[in-house]
Amino acid sequence: MIQFDAVHKRFPNGTTAVHDLSLAMPEGGVTVLVGSSGCGKTTTLRMINRMVEPTSGTIRVGGKDVQQQDAAELRRSIGYVIQQSGLFPHRTVLDNIATVPLLLGWGRRKARARAAELLETVGLTPEAGRRYPHQLSGGQQQRVGVARALAADPPVLLMDEPFGAVDPVVRTQLQDELLRLQKELSKTIVFVTHDIDEAVRLGDRIAIFRTGGHLVQCAEPAELLARPADDFVADFLGAERGLKLLSLRTLAEVPQGPAPEGGTWTLVLDEGRKPLHWASKDAELPVRPLQDTDSLLSALNESVASPTGLIARVDTAGVLTGVSSRDDIHEHANRAHTEVVAA
Amino acid sequence: MTIDWSWISDHTDDLTTLTVSHLQAALSAVLFGLLISLPLAVVAHRVRPLRGFLLGLSNVLFTIPSIAVFVLLLPVSGLTRTTTVIGLTIYTLVVLLRNTVEGLDSVPTKTKEAAKAMGTRPLRTLLTVEFPLALPVIMAGVRIATVMSISLVSVATYIGDGGLGQLFTDGFQRNFPTPVIVGVVLTLLLAVVADAALVAVQYALTPWTRRRA
Repeated sequence: MIQFDAVHKRFPNGTTAVHDLSLAMPEGGVTVLVGSSGCGKTTTLRMINRMVEPTSGTIRVGGKDVQQQDAAELRRSIGYVIQQSGLFPHRTVLDNIATVPLLLGWGRRKARARAAELLETVGLTPEAGRRYPHQLSGGQQQRVGVARALAADPPVLLMDEPFGAVDPVVRTQLQDELLRLQKELSKTIVFVTHDIDEAVRLGDRIAIFRTGGHLVQCAEPAELLARPADDFVADFLGAERGLKLLSLRTLAEVPQGPAPEGGTWTLVLDEGRKPLHWASKDAELPVRPLQDTDSLLSALNESVASPTGLIARVDTAGVLTGVSSRDDIHEHANRAHTEVVAA
Repeated sequence: MTIDWSWISDHTDDLTTLTVSHLQAALSAVLFGLLISLPLAVVAHRVRPLRGFLLGLSNVLFTIPSIAVFVLLLPVSGLTRTTTVIGLTIYTLVVLLRNTVEGLDSVPTKTKEAAKAMGTRPLRTLLTVEFPLALPVIMAGVRIATVMSISLVSVATYIGDGGLGQLFTDGFQRNFPTPVIVGVVLTLLLAVVADAALVAVQYALTPWTRRRA
């Protein structure tokens, strides 16, 4: 756990970057620090590994005051992923990943073996390990950045807008990968972003900062979306707050029934009972089947696009399990909303 | 102007000795220049107020006429190889110091920050991140300093040294062009070969700059 107690940071030029911050970041969870630029979120993150020293107050990681530790040793025990990866251009990908193990004195062979293992963990080929960073795409570089941060298996990971410089498609992929990794590794992650959608997607808790380094609200995403503390938070969350809330709920509880037969539109399946498309007498429309783990938001979206208002539900193998109606989805969306708001 | 080829074949041993001596003088100067420039450049890079002073000083030293430098050094180190090397070293400083400072400046802040954030201490960052990344710019300076020193060695003929430069005085005094031409050709060759060797060294030391994607 990371604990901020009355932390204050004033820069020599007189600007207050962080104002009287007290905040707990739970162990094994993702805490997202979000806010517009200049709100102190990056400064907050950088105070954890002493890249920035607080003016007053204490920060504890795992119960130990960071100020009492040797800065270099502290940093080796905390993974750090930076904007646009910050890889070493003169080292191969493998040696980049091996950086912290080498600093810890693991020896070259062991460090490289660990690096090779991580290459696979983040979804890169062994071949990529021999390349130099500039020979990789932005998304691949970002993966290397994550692998490098994980190399010495630190309990804490600091991520400073790590996916800020990649295109939206790759960004979504990287977010998915991070969630998958986090499921396995359960690191204590502090993640800085200015993108509220990214925050809602990744965060177990979201801390919203306002210019001047004030923490406005820190809560679970659902709680935040349902009950923003003030107009600033509500504005920041945006007009589609309700929809974002639906993106947090899965389809699992929405009832399903058998696919209708004999209507204008029928759901055409292949021989393995996998949905192919919707068909009427003279038209075909694509179908995008959804699994239980998909969000209510994508269900709503799909039901609007579907000619029958029905969505096709499949199991993990893609085999049809049933269909759900627009009404059922709506009802659950409503219920989800009321539940959170009334909680 | 005709070349007396038999003179060349009669003097191959002398020519070899002079060429080696010439190269030694030039390379020693570059080596000492580097030994002085690297630490000074680090200081100039880190301590901003000293930067202008150090770069300015190396510029001033560069403007002293070369013969004057040797004359000024005579009371200190006499008519020796040491005088030659000290004189040449002074001239390498202007290029080596400036290029090393610029090389260190060219290292991206983000990369240095990354090294720090991974827990690399300052000295190790300097040696394993900053110098390697500054290498292309430093090497550009080393190449200029080397070629410049090779051409300057001849001036030390005035104090009885000067490597291949001795051929010039010899030919001039006897009104015999062959040694002069041979001296010029060998100096040029030396410069070209040394430069090519440095390009090869840089290529070997900076694998990451190849195959730019």
